[in-house]
Amino acid sequence: MSNDYIIDIQHLSKSYGDHKVLDDINFYVRRGEFVTLLGPSGCGKTTLLRQIAGFVAPDEGKILLEGKDISGIPPFERPLNTVFQRYALFPHLDVFDNIAFGLKLQKVPAKEIEVRVKKMLKMVSMTDYEDRSVDSLSGGQQQRVAIARALVNYPKVLLLDEPLAALDLKMRKDMQLELKEIHRKMGITFIYVTHDQEEALTLSDTIVVLNEGRIQQIGTPTDIYNEPCNSFVADFIGESNILNARMIRDRRVEFIGHEFDCVDEGFGEDVLVDVVVRPEDIYFTTDPARCQFKAKVNSCIFKGVHYEMWVDTDDGYELMIQDYDAYPVGSEVMLYIDPDDIQVMHKERLCNTVPAKVAEDGVVEMLGAKFEASTAGFSAGDEVTAEFPFSAVDLLDHQEDGKLSGEVHFLLYKADHYHLTVRTDDGDSLWVDTNDIWDKGDLVGIDIAPEGIKLKARND
Amino acid sequence: MKKLFAQIYIWLLLALLYAPLVFIAIFSFTESRVLGNWTGFSTKLYGNLFTGGMNGGGALLSAVENTLIIALIAAAVSTLLGTIAAIGIYNLRGRKKQTMQFLNNIPMINPDIITGVSLFLLFVFLGFSQGYVTVVLAHITFCTPYVVLNVMPKLSQMNPNIYEAALDLGATPSQALWKVLVPELRPGMISGFILAFTMSLDDFAVTFFTRGTIGLDTLSTYIYTDARKGGLTPELRPLMTLIFLIVLILLIVINIRAEKASKKA
Amino acid sequence: MIKRSYWSLPYFIFMVVFVVLPLILIVLYAFQDGNGHFTLSNVTRFFTDSDSLSTFALSIEVAIENTLICILLGYPAAWILSNKQLNRSAVTVMLFIMPMWINALMRTLATAELFNVLGVTLGKGTLLFGMVYDYIPFMIYPIYNTLMKMDKSYAEAAEDLGANPWTVFWKVTVPLSMPGVMSGVLMVFMPTVSTFAISEFLTNNKIKLFGTIIQENINSSMWNYGAALAFIMLIIIGITSLIGEGKQSETEGGLI
Repeated sequence: MSNDYIIDIQHLSKSYGDHKVLDDINFYVRRGEFVTLLGPSGCGKTTLLRQIAGFVAPDEGKILLEGKDISGIPPFERPLNTVFQRYALFPHLDVFDNIAFGLKLQKVPAKEIEVRVKKMLKMVSMTDYEDRSVDSLSGGQQQRVAIARALVNYPKVLLLDEPLAALDLKMRKDMQLELKEIHRKMGITFIYVTHDQEEALTLSDTIVVLNEGRIQQIGTPTDIYNEPCNSFVADFIGESNILNARMIRDRRVEFIGHEFDCVDEGFGEDVLVDVVVRPEDIYFTTDPARCQFKAKVNSCIFKGVHYEMWVDTDDGYELMIQDYDAYPVGSEVMLYIDPDDIQVMHKERLCNTVPAKVAEDGVVEMLGAKFEASTAGFSAGDEVTAEFPFSAVDLLDHQEDGKLSGEVHFLLYKADHYHLTVRTDDGDSLWVDTNDIWDKGDLVGIDIAPEGIKLKARND
Repeated sequence: MKKLFAQIYIWLLLALLYAPLVFIAIFSFTESRVLGNWTGFSTKLYGNLFTGGMNGGGALLSAVENTLIIALIAAAVSTLLGTIAAIGIYNLRGRKKQTMQFLNNIPMINPDIITGVSLFLLFVFLGFSQGYVTVVLAHITFCTPYVVLNVMPKLSQMNPNIYEAALDLGATPSQALWKVLVPELRPGMISGFILAFTMSLDDFAVTFFTRGTIGLDTLSTYIYTDARKGGLTPELRPLMTLIFLIVLILLIVINIRAEKASKKA
Repeated sequence: MIKRSYWSLPYFIFMVVFVVLPLILIVLYAFQDGNGHFTLSNVTRFFTDSDSLSTFALSIEVAIENTLICILLGYPAAWILSNKQLNRSAVTVMLFIMPMWINALMRTLATAELFNVLGVTLGKGTLLFGMVYDYIPFMIYPIYNTLMKMDKSYAEAAEDLGANPWTVFWKVTVPLSMPGVMSGVLMVFMPTVSTFAISEFLTNNKIKLFGTIIQENINSSMWNYGAALAFIMLIIIGITSLIGEGKQSETEGGLI
């Protein structure tokens, strides 16, 4: 079955010390496909690419190239080539010698080298540059040379590690089109790493969304944009309103204090879920019969093609709307959402769950500190599981004021509150609902309200 | 006004700094054996210097020769040892890296006399007979840290992907080393070599303690012994003048090249 | 690249043999008598011998004076050289660096000869003058380097906040150039204490510095006492480099 797959990644894992960079990665790449590994910095996408290239050895798992495991083969024997971040051109060689580097090592006859290098230079629109020193080239030109240097070897797969990240916006847009064109012309399989979701949507046949070392979703750009499978993907790809919701029954969901029809089924009845509504999918109407909820415009900014507006709904939620028409700040508007445009997702978790140990009566030890909690029904030394709601976690301005200290790792605005991921100094993650405004990277003290902590017997 | 003061200050300081050298240079063009006594223009001292036609025969010339040979060997070995070491240290992490950097700093912080005395004790302790070999070993000891210090920045400035790019394009690790890494480090290796070479030329104290009693002389020890004897060999005057000129020309060339390079960039 | 860390091994072994072991030997010899038995007498001899002590005190005194004069004369020079409005020529900078490349013994000898011819009596005055002459480039260069690398926007920010040029100099430029001054001090102070040939030339052997008595002891086969004196110097180096630690980084090296 793997005949069709040029690359097949199976159960790949990698840790640096205690930190798991990649956790059980599985995906495949079809011959000739343009696959993008997309995720925020630190998600493991570059490590994954470097494992395919052979610079990092996986702890576990296999990398199959045309059905054969290549994970033990050194990089210089792999028929793959890489376009590096910041190009990595050899400064002591000119353009021609940079591109010819691989061919010379393969002892390709000089005449053939000449022909192939010239052909490549033409492909990347750099004819007549072969004698130039690489230092004298602009960023975009260096990028073209780096692509030519990799492609001239006719690799089975071309690996690209954020190749456009160092270019300015205009240049990046142009190069995106050219890359797409080169991919089409050469018919070589591309695996492309980027943190830029727009770039991924523009270029790819398939996108693999990674976060925290795990694959979040694999799909076509349209699938991933329209049907994100969790709030991370929804937030990371494009603009979105991500909201707490309750599935009433199939095809009926409640959020922002109103009930809506939707098209999702199979979540069960009366189940807490997340809902994503893209800002361009909330429509204004003047027909009271179509109106599903009312709101007041509180800001309106022109964004070039459309207007971006924030509105306060009648039930006190804040939503982002994009529309070609502007509505003045302060105006009362009527809004509706099509059932098709409501994307319902499973919640990843409903509360924080951590292993804990009863230290003494009324005190429980977890996350490396001691917390007050009701320990009724348990005695000292019991190993238990502690659960506490997102809202039970208190964040403090000064790290030393909390029982624990940590850093705000990720934040999500959920229309009337923020949902934060906080990473403690020991590396544990806590999820927090708060009305206070924090930024990513803020150092915080952490406390947990005693009445919020519930203990459960551990059943393992 | 401010600028005038500044210029006067600078040039006054320079005049003071160069007065002795200029003084020696002037009196290298007269025959008088006593310094400061002008007996008319002559290039006889220069002639003596090159033909060895002077008191003590070729002792001065052989000291110059020793100095140059020792400096060349020491600089070459230091460059090799220091470059390999720099690559190793660059790839170390944490405590090991700190330890190596600390060790590398010791010979640079130590005054010459400590280096000299400690190495003298080492050779006594190990029962090495002191001479050419011990002097060269000692010079390698205090020269290598400067090579490491000159190569390390080149390693950290280097795009770390360059080595991987070579592997990626099919170069084996040793091909990648020779075809990519070494050319990249070459400027650091060259300036390390030059620095090591001049440090070695300049050295007096370390040579003094490690040369043993076989009568091995470098220029520095020759001058020291000569001066202690009281009568300074007149031929040292043209020698100093020549060295002064060579250094001057070298520095001018290096500066012009550096300026060109910086304009290009 | 990843696995090349073991390339530091040959150098590590070399350093253990030629740097660490010799320093241990200094300590070992310092605490031994001629027959290899442990003794404190070498060290106590230094502290009870008034000649040694006064030589030591004089060395420290000369070194401090030399360092101070080098800072007082060298800092303004470094500042002028680094100031684009006052000095645009690279030649002057080069001229200040050049003496560092010429054998110090030769330069000292030239100075001593010049004093001789001018009829100046060799003594402490000529010693200090010669020392400053020898070491001032080593003070100017690191200060100049730090000043050149200093981000000009610090001074501009201070001016923008209302500081006059004088205040900018004292409150911004000087504190920020301290690392350069510290590394200059390290390059001047210890060598001054330890030098022997220079002081012998410049005073016609009338004034002995600490370096000279170490040299005399080692040369007359009094290894243990010589080692003890070197050990005392090592301790001073330890103290000065601890004081200068961290402030000194990155200003040395790359003399070209």
